[in-house]
Amino acid sequence: MAAIFKARKALGLCLSGCRSLTQLAELPEMHQMLRQTCRDYADRELTPIAAKLDKEHSFPAKQIQELGAMGVLAMEVPDGLGGAGMDYLAYSLAVEEISRGCASTGVVVSVNNSLYIGPILKFGTEEQKKQWITPFTTGEKVGCFALSEPGNGSDAGAASTIARQEGDEWVLNGTKAWITNSWDASATVVFATTDKSLKHKGISAFLIPMPYPGLSLGKKEDKLGIRASSTANIILEDCRIPLGNMLGPRGAGFKIAMQTLDSGRIGIAAQALGIAQAALDCAADYAHKRTAFGAPIGKMQAIQFKLADMALAIESARLLTWKAAILRDAKKPFTKEAAMAKLAASEAATYCSHQSIQILGGMGYVTDMPAERHYRDARITEIYEGTSEIQRLVIANQILKEYQP
Amino acid sequence: MSGRVLVGVKRVIDYAVKIRVKPDHSGVVTDGVKHSMNPFCEIAVEEAVKLKEKKLIKEVVAVSCGPQQVQETIRTALAMGADRGIHVEVSGKDYDNMGPLQVSKIMAALAKKEEAQLVILGKQAIDDDCNQTGQMTAALLDWPQGTFASEVTLEGDKVKVVREIDGGLETIKINTPAVVTADLRLNTPRYATLPNIMKAKKKKIANVKPADLGVDMASRVEVLRVDEPPQRQAGMKVETVEDLVGKLKEAGRI
Repeated sequence: MAAIFKARKALGLCLSGCRSLTQLAELPEMHQMLRQTCRDYADRELTPIAAKLDKEHSFPAKQIQELGAMGVLAMEVPDGLGGAGMDYLAYSLAVEEISRGCASTGVVVSVNNSLYIGPILKFGTEEQKKQWITPFTTGEKVGCFALSEPGNGSDAGAASTIARQEGDEWVLNGTKAWITNSWDASATVVFATTDKSLKHKGISAFLIPMPYPGLSLGKKEDKLGIRASSTANIILEDCRIPLGNMLGPRGAGFKIAMQTLDSGRIGIAAQALGIAQAALDCAADYAHKRTAFGAPIGKMQAIQFKLADMALAIESARLLTWKAAILRDAKKPFTKEAAMAKLAASEAATYCSHQSIQILGGMGYVTDMPAERHYRDARITEIYEGTSEIQRLVIANQILKEYQP
Repeated sequence: MSGRVLVGVKRVIDYAVKIRVKPDHSGVVTDGVKHSMNPFCEIAVEEAVKLKEKKLIKEVVAVSCGPQQVQETIRTALAMGADRGIHVEVSGKDYDNMGPLQVSKIMAALAKKEEAQLVILGKQAIDDDCNQTGQMTAALLDWPQGTFASEVTLEGDKVKVVREIDGGLETIKINTPAVVTADLRLNTPRYATLPNIMKAKKKKIANVKPADLGVDMASRVEVLRVDEPPQRQAGMKVETVEDLVGKLKEAGRI
């Protein structure tokens, strides 16, 4: 009996969090307008330059400024701090539409919103919010998030970057790896060990401006995809920061990182959806135009099955993403749904971009068509902000908790 | 001067959509088809909002005629910076038959009612390409008109309009109140900012019926048939100039 009640309680928790089930069926007018605005911007300003940005590995500074002026770089930030004051559902719509135009621009937007501003908004003091958020809402400046190290990615608790207190300063030493936006950022949230004996409860979060003495950047990584966004190591050598630069309480760093990544997963899910949708758009258009064996290839069942499977994968992942966002907006637990969304969306992105090249045949393999770029851009979504394997562990963890006898 | 500008915005099929003719040839398919604000109307809204930002005028009122759905178009204008909207409810057969004559009567009535200093419209709509509403509105009001505007400058109680004409550019100065129609190069419409999209929700849209404005919606035009453009015929290659002249004569072209 107890098991049935527990299971029902778990189910009730899910449904009650979804009080706006109608939002999954049809978005509210404001969200529709926002989505359309972002789509128009992406179609007109991002899609035409995405291939060039990718080829030249160039940061879309002008577009980031324009998106900042629209409010897209600080969507959740309240009006008083310079943000757009919108909800996470709106944010996931915006990131998807932006990423559909250019996946690199999408990740810059996502990292600034979820990984940089996110933790400061949640754990920062009012002073810190004014100093570290407001200048980063306009598109003039972007931030980054430094958790991973050369020695640990998934194993975040094993942070070997050290922060020791010396008088009225923190002195940081260590290296962070794979930091998105690093070469273009004006500040970073960094995680370092303040008490090694406490293991993961001994990690704290810090805010460091960039450039800054004692902080240097490694070489820009030459990546397979999302090439317009910069990725590099951040090296801290006796980097001295004021005590006031600690974010949140001492020892709360791991918790801050995990909670931040929960939300960040919704952003990356949205980015993956944008890539997957762009791949489907490309393939479906081609299926109408390319003829073989006397008819457009869209008439062939083999192609139709691919298109159906692609659309199914995208729509399912999209609904999961929206649900995770809606739960978060309703201040309900959303860890499981966010992990599911990120997992589903990133696997949809790699699947759809793979099949898109297949449908395009030889044309999918050359740079004349965007299919090859979608394929390259999609791959990272299964890795960063929690690998697909980690997402599975997170989901399983939640499931086991729900079924705890 | 009232400092009030009326801007007409039309909901049309989106410019990127492939238009399909209805099987009964009575019109084009609109059900389930993506619609958006007429691009020239976007330019008109942008110009009005810019005038307000320069503090040359005080209020921008967006007007649209049609069924419930045109409220989306009015909201887009509000998100771009218009202060309030007027939805003139026209639906059913009246909407199907609505053309520049009916709309210009409505705009004229509203311009008088709202004591507008300026009426700014797009030069034409991309669905019917009539290019008549602005001109008819001015005529009904007996107001001056500056059409195909590529530059608009308010100078006291006059408006200087640079017009794009076949021969080049023509600059005229007209008294206000006046009607101006926006051409392509007048400005580049802004993307609505997210805060403005949120503010737009709170701005008022008033509902009005044509009868309230004393406007008779009866159409003087009957659409007999709508067809797709003829399929493009394959061309023909010829060897010599004589062949070319011969073929042209055969086809009755010369």
